[in-house]
Amino acid sequence: MHNFKSIATAAAIAGSLAATGVASADETLDAVKGNGSIQCGVSQGLPGFSNPDDEGNWTGIDVDFCRAMAAAVFGDPEAVKFTPLSAKVRFTALTSGEIDVLARNTTWTMSRDSDFGEFVGVNYYDGQGFMVPKSLGVASATELSGAAVCTNTGTTTELNVADYFRAQGMDYTVVAFEKADEVVAAYDAGRCDVYTTDRSGLAAQRTKLSAPDDHMVLPEIISKEPLGPLVRHGDAQWGDIARWTLNCMINAEEMGVSSENVEDMKGSDDPGIQRLLGVDGDLGSKIGLDNGFCANIVAAVGNYAESYNRNVGPDTPLQLDRGLNALWSDGGVLYAAPMR
Amino acid sequence: MSESINTQKEVPELGFWRDPAKRAWVWQGLVIAALALLIYIVVDNTVTNMAARGLASGFGFLNTSSGFGIITHPFVDYAETSDYFTVFLVGLVNTLMVAIIGCILALALGFVVGIARLSSNWLVRKVATFYVELFRNLPLLLQILFWYGAVLKPLPGPRELHTAGDSVFFSVNNRGVIFAEPITGDGFEMVWYAFFAAIVLTLIVRYFARIRQMRTGAQFPVFLTGLGLIIGLPLIAFFAAGSPLSFAPAEMSRFALSGGVTIIPELVALLFALVIYTAAFIAEIVRAGIQAVSHGQTEAASALGIKPNHRMRLVVVPQAMRVIVPPLTSQFLNLTKNSSLATAIAYPDLFAVFAGTTLNQTGQAVEIMAMTLGVYLTLSLLTSGFMNWYNSRIKLVER
Repeated sequence: MHNFKSIATAAAIAGSLAATGVASADETLDAVKGNGSIQCGVSQGLPGFSNPDDEGNWTGIDVDFCRAMAAAVFGDPEAVKFTPLSAKVRFTALTSGEIDVLARNTTWTMSRDSDFGEFVGVNYYDGQGFMVPKSLGVASATELSGAAVCTNTGTTTELNVADYFRAQGMDYTVVAFEKADEVVAAYDAGRCDVYTTDRSGLAAQRTKLSAPDDHMVLPEIISKEPLGPLVRHGDAQWGDIARWTLNCMINAEEMGVSSENVEDMKGSDDPGIQRLLGVDGDLGSKIGLDNGFCANIVAAVGNYAESYNRNVGPDTPLQLDRGLNALWSDGGVLYAAPMR
Repeated sequence: MSESINTQKEVPELGFWRDPAKRAWVWQGLVIAALALLIYIVVDNTVTNMAARGLASGFGFLNTSSGFGIITHPFVDYAETSDYFTVFLVGLVNTLMVAIIGCILALALGFVVGIARLSSNWLVRKVATFYVELFRNLPLLLQILFWYGAVLKPLPGPRELHTAGDSVFFSVNNRGVIFAEPITGDGFEMVWYAFFAAIVLTLIVRYFARIRQMRTGAQFPVFLTGLGLIIGLPLIAFFAAGSPLSFAPAEMSRFALSGGVTIIPELVALLFALVIYTAAFIAEIVRAGIQAVSHGQTEAASALGIKPNHRMRLVVVPQAMRVIVPPLTSQFLNLTKNSSLATAIAYPDLFAVFAGTTLNQTGQAVEIMAMTLGVYLTLSLLTSGFMNWYNSRIKLVER
């Protein structure tokens, strides 16, 4: 009779497989609303971008982006669950549906945009740099021939450093780790002469070294690293929600709307601000949200400048100036499409 | 009398469901059909879902160039311009290297510790027990990270040992063990010929020594003769050919040693951890195997006047091997599979560079995982095939 049993089991498995299927493309918003929270993929701990604080609360500009999305969808910045991901597994987590949005200081490249998901914008303009111990006596990256370089696997960093050394005709050895903490530990132990990653990352990881002041960042910037969040392909509505969440924060800064004055601003006579905050028009409902979604974001998380200054700005351990990340009107390249 | 016996009735034709053999065929057929359906559903589901999410499939990605560097690639010519298939080969060779060296060293260490566990010397016995209980009870990943820290942290950097421009023949620093690269000149192949000739000669000596022992009982020191031949003949050939071997030293550049042969600390740490961990299990297997041989065998050997070390080698161990080999196979398989933990310490094994970096760059999860699984499965099946062959060779011959 055990034959009966095995057939029954096989049939049961087949049935359950057929039943699961894919949660088809443009239903992410419904699925998220059903779950009551957004699944957000973040790093395993990069200060300033996504890092748990002493009490276990996630902080950082990538974390703020996910909280802003939660505020847009639910009106509640806490309706988000964070999944820490290594650089290696982040895209698989997104394409497999484990997370709804990936905000993990991820560089926007053409192959990633076509292979893994849809980038919705840039929340930090970065470039790759090198950090070396001061005792090495190196003043420029062009002197690094023969050096051992520590980096992360599965990053554009790993590819850029290969390109850079090849283009310069210099030898190098790459020591590639999976977790950022392992890279820092190996560099600190002297396994490599050079640590390379995005310059914001260098600023962040430097705080973890045993003697941060014994190390310096070289002047060369060897790549463009536009870091931004991305969503799965095939769900235009969910992509729009992510894109306009980011644009809302940038536009709010440009219009002088912040978490402190957002309630007052709702009474503003400026038609741009009225549309931004949903007092006038139906922009939110076009993407399946409440018309006041942007007001909710700014009230809960703040505008881009607030998020920047709170997480990576000059008053934080990272001490990063706005630089490229200033508004276009202030000499940076931050330029959000108008909300109308 | 004959009439009464011949009263057999005609047997009525039975339905096939009353015939166990035919019934079994029907069940088998149904099970196979269900299995085929299951496989079809799984494959179809995967293909449909991948298409729905716009994921590419196929093995074409293997021909695209990788663009990233790999720290060590023995026996494989690799550069950033090489394709992903070469990355696969680099990972495979690195995994095989750890697996083969690891299995040999773990077996040797495990045997020594296992026999030490049964030593009559109190100190040796207790030290061996301590070793086994300590290392087999700590998580392997922890041990790998420990050895990586232990190997790396205390070692000086290359710049503390050498000044730029130095020629270095041997150095141990936190970039690894670096020694001069041996370069063979003309005539070095003579040494290889002599080496193989010595092996053949040793086998011949062994054959005749055995015949002589069978006939007269007189023994011949085969081991020492063989050792002398295998070391001596190549040495003579080497000097006869005019010492055709030179060493190219590593040069100290501004940062580190370049040239020479480098054994990276990641490999050293990984081997330390895998060998020490697995040897603890092998030691217990060896101890159990030896204790499984009845003490009567030892006593009988003593009664026959066999010397103590011969008693172990010729009487006890051959019988213990029957018990040792099957669980030993599992340990070899474990070591091979555990080598994928290398990814934690930047050793570029198959799992790290192919199932890790390549997967991340190309996104071909199904193909890459299938290839990686195929490799580990093949390695495991080859290992257990070999060990099963060996097991059937050494099992007790019953007459």
